Amino acid sequence: MDKKKIELGHGSGGLLTRELLDELIFSTFRNPYIDQKHDGAVLPLTGEVVISTDSFVVSPIFFKGGDIGELAVNGSVNDVAMCGGIPKYLSLAFIIEEGLPVEDLKKILQSISIAAKRSGVEVVTGDTKVVEKGKGDRIFINTTAVGMKHPGADITMSRILPGDQIIVNNSLAQHGMAIMSEREGLAFESAISSDTTNLNYVVSDILDRFGTQIHLLRDATRGGVAGVLSEIAVDTSLGVFLKEEAIPLQKQVAAACDLLGLDPLYVANEGVFLVVAHQDIAHDLLEALKVQDPEASPAIIGEITTAHPEMVVLESKIGGRRVVTPLIGEQLPRIC
Amino acid sequence: MKYLDEYRDRDATRVFLKQIRETVTRPWKIMEICGGQTHGLVKNGLLDLLPDEVQMIHGPGCPVCVTPKSLIDMAVQLMEKGVVVCSFGDMVRVPGTTKSLLQAKAEGGDLRVLYSPIEAVTIARDNPEKEVVFFAVGFETTAPADALSVLHAKKEGLTNYSILVSHVLVPPAMEAILADEHAVIDAFLGAGHVCAIMGTTAYEPLARKYQIPIVVTGFEPLDLVDGIYRAVKQLEAGKYKVENQYSRVVRKEGNLEARKVIETVFEVATREWRGIGPIPDSGYRLRDAFVDFDAELKFGVCSDTAENTSGCIAGEILKGLKKPHQCPYFAKECTPAKPLGAPMVSSEGACAAYYHFSDHLIKT
Repeated sequence: MDKKKIELGHGSGGLLTRELLDELIFSTFRNPYIDQKHDGAVLPLTGEVVISTDSFVVSPIFFKGGDIGELAVNGSVNDVAMCGGIPKYLSLAFIIEEGLPVEDLKKILQSISIAAKRSGVEVVTGDTKVVEKGKGDRIFINTTAVGMKHPGADITMSRILPGDQIIVNNSLAQHGMAIMSEREGLAFESAISSDTTNLNYVVSDILDRFGTQIHLLRDATRGGVAGVLSEIAVDTSLGVFLKEEAIPLQKQVAAACDLLGLDPLYVANEGVFLVVAHQDIAHDLLEALKVQDPEASPAIIGEITTAHPEMVVLESKIGGRRVVTPLIGEQLPRIC
Repeated sequence: MKYLDEYRDRDATRVFLKQIRETVTRPWKIMEICGGQTHGLVKNGLLDLLPDEVQMIHGPGCPVCVTPKSLIDMAVQLMEKGVVVCSFGDMVRVPGTTKSLLQAKAEGGDLRVLYSPIEAVTIARDNPEKEVVFFAVGFETTAPADALSVLHAKKEGLTNYSILVSHVLVPPAMEAILADEHAVIDAFLGAGHVCAIMGTTAYEPLARKYQIPIVVTGFEPLDLVDGIYRAVKQLEAGKYKVENQYSRVVRKEGNLEARKVIETVFEVATREWRGIGPIPDSGYRLRDAFVDFDAELKFGVCSDTAENTSGCIAGEILKGLKKPHQCPYFAKECTPAKPLGAPMVSSEGACAAYYHFSDHLIKT
């Protein structure tokens, strides 16, 4: 491509669009579906189909541990996995603000390509629009992931029982704090990296082993772990009891949260999911997660209870209790 | 974390809690002045662990909660005039007469949430064509940085930077609470970080005049239970001293450098407190030499909003005369999502703290 920056013409449907598609998009994603260069894709899916869509508007678009492209793939892939699906195909739509350097778009496309390969999904269709300068924020991405339901999965809120254990696969709040430190220009002893990753294989593995003993899967993205747990408490009319001591948190993430006055329970994650599982298999499941990713810090952080229905109660490290309420609006840093 | 984990130790905290239980013989009402302490009590579930005799009253030390509506209205007016308004985070959701800063932003205003006023000076330097105002809210803790931002701007010759001053002081607020004829407070936990700046001497006359123990206290669980224990010990022994629990941070004379910066830029003035009204000599205004940096004068914004048209009983709450759940609107018409008044907004605010802790909900 001759142009160094994306122009309105790249979204007009004319020659510039053709150039952008041919030289950047179609050459990056080669597969029998996208090679048709059609408006959509005809896919060989059988049985129960799982679908999920998500839009990505993160700023900055490049951050420690990832970028908006990787996030856009992992986000939809993980959402399908959380429904008990095995993601196979991905649609990819861009809304680009005029003036985005073509180099940035290339980098993002590379990340998307790598992330898609890593999670075993194929980009089969897409769309590109360009908006005037000031009408967007560099680049927005929407992805939709489609896949088949895992035969052993029966994931629904209504299957949650008192006594079920709540397990997280890794330590919390890394993504949100990576973004925050980038935005605030904060440097910590060791930099905090986003935890963005695809979770479809680990989910598929635990579904193979534990099947219907897994009652709910949920990734703790926006609203964090507190958001997911509040939803569980309200929707099931059961209580959620958490032990602060058991919640895995990297030291520098805890320090960053302290410094910025944020509660890690509400901070966004991109590679953390919660499993609500029957108590009989909780420890085996924990071991399975450890084997899957030896560098992660999975933990049983709490349980479902009939005490305090519809409420999430946390026992603090020093043994006091408090209610964890859902996040209202954005989490606001405190003055002092 | 060095100097943090030690103050979050479960066993050490338990020892103090046990000592409190063993010392207390009758009910006491202890007010923690600072919103940061309220936050610490709530976040760590400490209220749940204190004996019933010790009742903590959440004081007025939440800067967001005591900033009068009129100042928020002025900040909104500035945004509507196209001024870039910079603010600390928890201020932006507090309702003014018609809207909050966040709502003004949604309508097209330029609002930046910052961690330090020095960043606002950078914004002013980088955008010479724009007017930049920092919403200088807070107690003695934020005053040095706000004053410093003015000194920086003056030194650099920036003419597009100014501050909207809403600075308040702790000791006059404590006196206003004690002087109230319905005053119910038996002891204070003094605000550790305020004292780190200003020192502790200003509290001596208060302790003597009102015969009330004042324990300058930190914010970690161990600090808080230690502070409460010291207050209970004094109360049970009939003493009323100023004690410094937070001696690893607080010196008697405070931080002399910071005080010098404050005194260079600000002078003491009467200030209005949300829910309490005007208190003489209870805040700061810019000295005449820095009048060019006064956003209120520079842009001619003003507001004569009558306080308390929403039914919010913030005044009674802040003075400890009523508990949040005794307000008819608490958790009904007034929630953190739709606050009628400021104490429901900040996580430091007494009402929000109550809402989030919901002690009454857990125990029933």
